[in-house]
Amino acid sequence: MTKVQFYGEPPPGIDQEWLPGRLIAIEGTDGVGRSTIISILRDYLEANGWGVVDSGLRRSPLVGPGIDQAKEGHTLDPITLNLFYATDFWDRFERIMLPALQAGMVVLADRYIFSLMARAIVRGAAREWLEQIYGFALIPDQVIYLDIDAEDLVLRILERGFDFWESGGDYLHDRSIYDGFMQHQREQLHEMSAMAERYDWDIVDARGTIEEVFEEVRQAVMPTVESMSRP
Amino acid sequence: MSTSEDFMDLPGRLIVVEGIDGSGKSTQLDLLHKWLRSEGYVTVFTEWNSSPIVRDTTKRGKRKQLLTPMSFSLIHAADFASRTHEQILPALQAGVIVLADRYIYTAFARDAARGVNRKWVRDLYSFAPPPDLALYFHVSLEESIRRIGAARAEIKFYEAGMDLGLSEDVSESFRLFQGRILEEYDTLCDEYDITRVDAHQSLVSQQVLVRELVEPLLEDMPRREITNVPTHMQTGYVSLAAGGGL
Repeated sequence: MTKVQFYGEPPPGIDQEWLPGRLIAIEGTDGVGRSTIISILRDYLEANGWGVVDSGLRRSPLVGPGIDQAKEGHTLDPITLNLFYATDFWDRFERIMLPALQAGMVVLADRYIFSLMARAIVRGAAREWLEQIYGFALIPDQVIYLDIDAEDLVLRILERGFDFWESGGDYLHDRSIYDGFMQHQREQLHEMSAMAERYDWDIVDARGTIEEVFEEVRQAVMPTVESMSRP
Repeated sequence: MSTSEDFMDLPGRLIVVEGIDGSGKSTQLDLLHKWLRSEGYVTVFTEWNSSPIVRDTTKRGKRKQLLTPMSFSLIHAADFASRTHEQILPALQAGVIVLADRYIYTAFARDAARGVNRKWVRDLYSFAPPPDLALYFHVSLEESIRRIGAARAEIKFYEAGMDLGLSEDVSESFRLFQGRILEEYDTLCDEYDITRVDAHQSLVSQQVLVRELVEPLLEDMPRREITNVPTHMQTGYVSLAAGGGL
């Protein structure tokens, strides 16, 4: 059973004290391989009889389309952008994650509140403000952090191409896309590593092959998953 | 991120109006706006729920009834943040007058009426510059319902707080929900420096009071030369604006 505990003030509308499911958040920066790992992990867990739901950023029916549209304009200030993402997170939590946890499923969150906070912090938003807002988030059973450094990360990005926002294009105007990417990612990684320590996450070295990373993640999450009654 | 000290140096003036639907606040602000313009002041007007970037999402959420108390709160904060960044702060930095139809107190009152934690909502809006003048148009529930009834055919789902399941009946739910909001506004008037205006008074006497309260804030505000402005604009005659509401 998952004890219902929040980082801050409990949000309205959640009465349970315990949830039968398990919430596992996979954190890591842009392009580190989270979605690949989650998709393999989901297949693996389902093949073993566990019910699994995954949820990634911008997939909320309420806000998803709005964020995509707003980001096209490249004019979003960090506070508005962050509040869009906070709404997206909450909507997915209430609509997808919470019902799955109530139904006894394993929820694999592709990023949690931490990426959102790190992104906003490097763009100048106040840490205290972010911690207050994201206090509404349920404390997950486990957070897996896919760890990488900017030098190894950029080699992967070169193959798939740079993204405006992942390179801090909205706030690092005077940099080349490469320099912008390196600076933005270094700062974001710095924030994430500090959180990994502070919140005691399970750290997985993401520089290996997909098979290697998956195996490490699998070993890390299985005790959490198996602490539910076996299917 | 802004802190309260950052706002100290903003040369502009921020004037906001608050009140439940049917309190007449928008009409009063509209009259004030016309008067200030006729006097040559540069003004920027902003209203709740109107950011071009966020508005469509809120509208979709309302139309499809996707909003819950927390997502309702968050998406309105996003709308407000976007307007703060694009309209309110630049205007205050430029040293002109900003007129806001509803401000953070609307969120404080409505979200609390929906059961959202009061401290959380206040923290959420901590990036907002504090107003130089906040006017709360106080009207009784009965009077507001009478006025709304005359102006509008039907009450919308979220306006009536139908998402809270207070009552199956829209009118009854509206009454209960607006009653809660009124109570929240009462508390807010004690907590913040908000000036209460008795909105049962005649429209003209309210406007006279509003102008008296605004006048001391106009010192040092830049003015344009007034030429070829129609007479009714110069004298600021009171004319009834169509009931707005949200």
